[in-house]
Amino acid sequence: MTRELLKGNIAIAEAAVRAGLEAYFGYPITPQTELLEYLSVRMNELNRVFLQAESEVAAINMVYGAACTGVRVMTSSSSPGISLMQEGLSYIAGANLPCVVVDMMRGGPGLGNILPSQGDYFQITRSAGHGDYHPIVLAPASVQEAIDFTTLAFDLADQYRHLVILAADGQIGQMMEPAELPPMTEPRKTPPEWALRGAQDRPRNVISSLFMSGEAEEAHNIAIQKRLRKIKKTEPRWQEYNTDDAQLLVIAYGSAGRVAYSALEAARANGLKVGLMRPQTLWPFPEERLSELADRVEMCLVVEMNAGQMLEDVRLATGGQIPVQFYGRMGGIVPSSEEVLKAIETHYNHAAHHA
Amino acid sequence: MLQVVAQPIMQTVYQRPECLTDHHTHYCPGCTHGIAHRLLAEAIDELGIRTQTVLVAPVGCSVFVYDYFNVDACVAAHGRAPAMATGLKRVLPDRMVITYQGDGDLVSIGAGEILHAAARGEHITTIFVNNAVYGMTGGQMAPTTLVGQKTTSSAQGRSVSSTGYPIRMSELLSSLDGTAYIVRRSLHDPASIRKAKKAILTALKVQQAGLGFGMVELLSTCPTNWGIAPDKALEWLETNMLPYYPVGDYKVVPEVAAL
Repeated sequence: MTRELLKGNIAIAEAAVRAGLEAYFGYPITPQTELLEYLSVRMNELNRVFLQAESEVAAINMVYGAACTGVRVMTSSSSPGISLMQEGLSYIAGANLPCVVVDMMRGGPGLGNILPSQGDYFQITRSAGHGDYHPIVLAPASVQEAIDFTTLAFDLADQYRHLVILAADGQIGQMMEPAELPPMTEPRKTPPEWALRGAQDRPRNVISSLFMSGEAEEAHNIAIQKRLRKIKKTEPRWQEYNTDDAQLLVIAYGSAGRVAYSALEAARANGLKVGLMRPQTLWPFPEERLSELADRVEMCLVVEMNAGQMLEDVRLATGGQIPVQFYGRMGGIVPSSEEVLKAIETHYNHAAHHA
Repeated sequence: MLQVVAQPIMQTVYQRPECLTDHHTHYCPGCTHGIAHRLLAEAIDELGIRTQTVLVAPVGCSVFVYDYFNVDACVAAHGRAPAMATGLKRVLPDRMVITYQGDGDLVSIGAGEILHAAARGEHITTIFVNNAVYGMTGGQMAPTTLVGQKTTSSAQGRSVSSTGYPIRMSELLSSLDGTAYIVRRSLHDPASIRKAKKAILTALKVQQAGLGFGMVELLSTCPTNWGIAPDKALEWLETNMLPYYPVGDYKVVPEVAAL
């Protein structure tokens, strides 16, 4: 395979096709619309299902229906659209169905703007709808990682019969980078045994998230929680840079993670012992590893494109062992590496002064 | 001596359709959901499509249809059955996809989904049970509640000045080019019930033939929430609902004649 110059939204769309995507339902919203536009042509070429829905509410419920058939299905949207999808996401989670949702996050709250943001962290990692559950949330920091995580998202969704959200910010969706797409894989031939395809030569299948008795509903929840514990144990993913001798650990994901990496390089050039942890799964959050690192470093600095949302997970993981500082920009502003370096230097010197 | 023994001729003339499970339904005495279920089940059996059918349940009194029908089934979010059915049918174009929805589900919260599914001409069949009230939540006003009709959320009678007018969904949807078969029938007497059965059969054939979106609206009773005895409820339907919701064929494309 060869590297080609690819735009994030297009790269995710083609990666999904190559992962065996059989049905896509979506609604236009900036900054993810190219994904929908690309698939409107590509899915038709392959005689697969593409449909532009009348709303995000309808789109996610079409995904819910298509997921019942046992095929690989996806939708994509951006923050206000993801808000509208909360209902369907909860039903999909409650019905134990696999599907992939792309959230190309933009500035909020409300209509906000179309600039890159990480303001949906709470919305997508906590439950993404009513009830007790967490989606698996993957946070790519480059076009290549967006491609790789798209493949991974479908595999995890199928493996756990679970909702997977690919959470990138508008910058990942809109920028072009050299990246390599995986080879084409064909959609699977045999549907899973729980799929709704007509009760031919077997008892009927029912897909529902309705349990009238408290006992049955609790048993259903216990099963979901058991699955979540397994995911939490097995699936946390992250990358570390210069953590071996770090005194100050920066924690940042997605585009903020890339900016933080540039700041880290500059800080190291200045002789500061700075490390970086970049979570690739926002749920499950890599809390165990962060807790280990907190034993070794003197301070954490969380950098996000929001008012401090992952910050809460970092505080939970570090359990008050060390100070946790925060640097964030809001409103769709991507921080520069210079301002992150300045934040690093300020806290680093402050820690050294008190050491 | 030759003995002649009369052999009684036994023939089954009425039985539970194969398409219905042996669950007892939870419906109140006098509710016409049971009749609507029976008609749909008979139609599915007669067409021999039970093993090719996926049924989408609504939220409302008929949420448990998946317990009563012996077919693959799922439960949609409130009002979203047509969107869910769209997802199912687009992936499985050779299967029969049916939504069963009440008036709160279809006309109120799901107005957008049914409208667009109909406009797209989705090859699905919708059984729309209209009893002019929210049943499961205990008799609140629906978009189909008649002017002046008393409900638990319009205790003084539905007022036009604050809530406007009841929506005639069959008439509304029939204006859309994507629809192939939109009819309204009633379940208040045996003759009407027989006509309703025929309409459901036709609607399923419309889906089989891929002619476009099909819906059968069934005027129904809700004795419990109307606060009327079952026999009087049938009369109430005839007297009050039929004038506002006339039974009839609102959209029948020419191809239906050949089915």
